[in-house]
This record gives sequence, structure tokens and C-alpha cells, in this order.
Amino acid sequence: MNFAVLQFPASNCDQDCVHAVRVLGHSAKLLWHKETSLGDADAVIIPGGFSYGDYLRTGAIARFSPVMQAVQKFADNGGIVIGICNGFQILCEAGLLPGALVRNRDLQFHCEQVFLKTGNFETPFTGKIPRDKFLKIPIAHGEGCYFADEETLAKLKANNQILWQYCDESGNPTDAANPNGSLLNIAGICNERKNVAGLMPHPDRACENIIGSADGKFIFESIIAALQNKTAAKAA
Amino acid sequence: MKAKIIVTPKKAVVDPQGITVLKALEHMGHRGVKAVHVGKYLEIELDGNDKEAARKALDEAAHKFLSNPVIEDYKLEIE
Repeated sequence: MNFAVLQFPASNCDQDCVHAVRVLGHSAKLLWHKETSLGDADAVIIPGGFSYGDYLRTGAIARFSPVMQAVQKFADNGGIVIGICNGFQILCEAGLLPGALVRNRDLQFHCEQVFLKTGNFETPFTGKIPRDKFLKIPIAHGEGCYFADEETLAKLKANNQILWQYCDESGNPTDAANPNGSLLNIAGICNERKNVAGLMPHPDRACENIIGSADGKFIFESIIAALQNKTAAKAA
Repeated sequence: MKAKIIVTPKKAVVDPQGITVLKALEHMGHRGVKAVHVGKYLEIELDGNDKEAARKALDEAAHKFLSNPVIEDYKLEIE
């Protein structure tokens, strides 16, 4: 499968994402923010970083870049898009995902391993995650506190769009396990159609045991399996 | 012409910066501070003198780009 990894000025996890995809035996190419086409990409990864210096608000300027107009169309046509960390912030700013990410409740930048409880295994982002597994994946952000109004939160719950919640090692989404004050311990969500997802933790930094965890692989493997199913369905 | 836009966090959004500033003010001995909300101030210099047209254009920009209606409110003044 071919992944397009977007690159904005001050993206800094673009190479991590390319590496993760290659570790899994697939191909990834970097796509500069001025590009207007995604080419033959099967899926899009919006990587972490500090696009445009986080000026104004995180993700606020990146969403108006030419490549994001192409991503919008791609998503409207059902294409699979995942935003990681700053990528999640960009997707929220773009309106491709509901809600917003604001300053961590303790005003500190958190760089640590967290555990994630998966809330819905029937999506292109979670299908390959073992049912009894709580993913150990690192976070690295200062503005990862998920906020949405009550009506939006109710919709997220009703449509099973809350894909990952911060939890303790045993899978309990406690306040102590919530690193940033996110409402409902939300670490990642998807859109109603379930083809666009965003999360603050970095699966791209957790694809090899030598760097502390390989649990991030489950998320990329889920996307790859979903793409392969799509291709098989088209061929049939 | 000059436009002034003040962006503040919505009341429903927890504002840890505001809380921290409030605590610091109390620590410095300031009494009677009920709440602090930390936002942003944008000053935009404009050509021309059609205030209504400028207000319309900047209102749209403030809604779409300069603030995020999910978490922020804004006030726009043109002088």
C-alpha cells in the first residue's frame, strides 16, 4: 500500500511515520504542503510536529494549505486519513473531526508512555488491535486536552467514535491516567463515517520493541488490512 | 482603518493559563480577583475607509480562521 505522509513547515514526525510504514513492509512518500494532489496514495498520514510554529492556534494555519484541500476531497470520497498529534489538531481545525485540542490542564508538555483503551474495534484504524490489549504508546504534546461541547460528546459516544481513551495499565480510564485533562479521557476519535481518525499519542514512535513498544503497529496494521479489504472488494 | 479583535476562551473551556495567573495574582496579594481569562489580541491595519465592508470581511475571517468557535469567542472593533 502507498501512504502519503504530509509535510508542513515544522512537521517533525514525518520521517517517523515514513519509517513506521516501511517497517511494516509498505511504501510511504512525503508530500509537501504546497502539493495540490495526493497522487496514487491509498491513505494519508498527517504527522506530528508544530506546523507553522503553532502560530495562532495549533493546526489553524496548516488546514488552509493546498494539500489539505486535496485531503478534504480525499476524505469526502471515503479515503482513509489518520492524524497523529499535530495531525489530530489539524484535522479538528479543518472540521474533518469534531472538537478541539487545548492546552494541557497542568500547562506542562508531557512526554511519556501512556496506555490506551480501544473503544471500537470495527473501524479501519482498530480492526487488528487484539481485544484484550491496552496499547502502550508514547505521547509528546503541550496542547492535547480534548474539548467538545456536551452535544458533540454525546454524538461521539452514540456513534462509537471514541476510538481510544487514556487508561491505566489494567484498562481503567481513571483521572490519574489522563495526562492532559481531556474530556472523557479521550486520546483519539474518528468521524461519523469512520474513515478519518486522529489521536494525540504517537503510534509512529511505537512500532519496534527496541524503542520501548511495538503496540503502535496494531493501528497501522489495521489501516493496511482495511485498505487491502477495500482493494479486494473493488477487484471482486 | 484599524481593526481590533479580542479572542477569549469560552467559559465552558477550562483555561489553565487563566487559573495560573489568578493564583499568581492572589499570591502577590491582590484581593477580590474573581476569575482571569487569557486570550489574544490582534490588531489589523487596513486600507480604505469602508468600515461596514471591512467588518463583514473580518467577521468572516474571525469566525473561520482567527478564532476557533469550538473553544473561543471573539469581539471585533473597527476604528
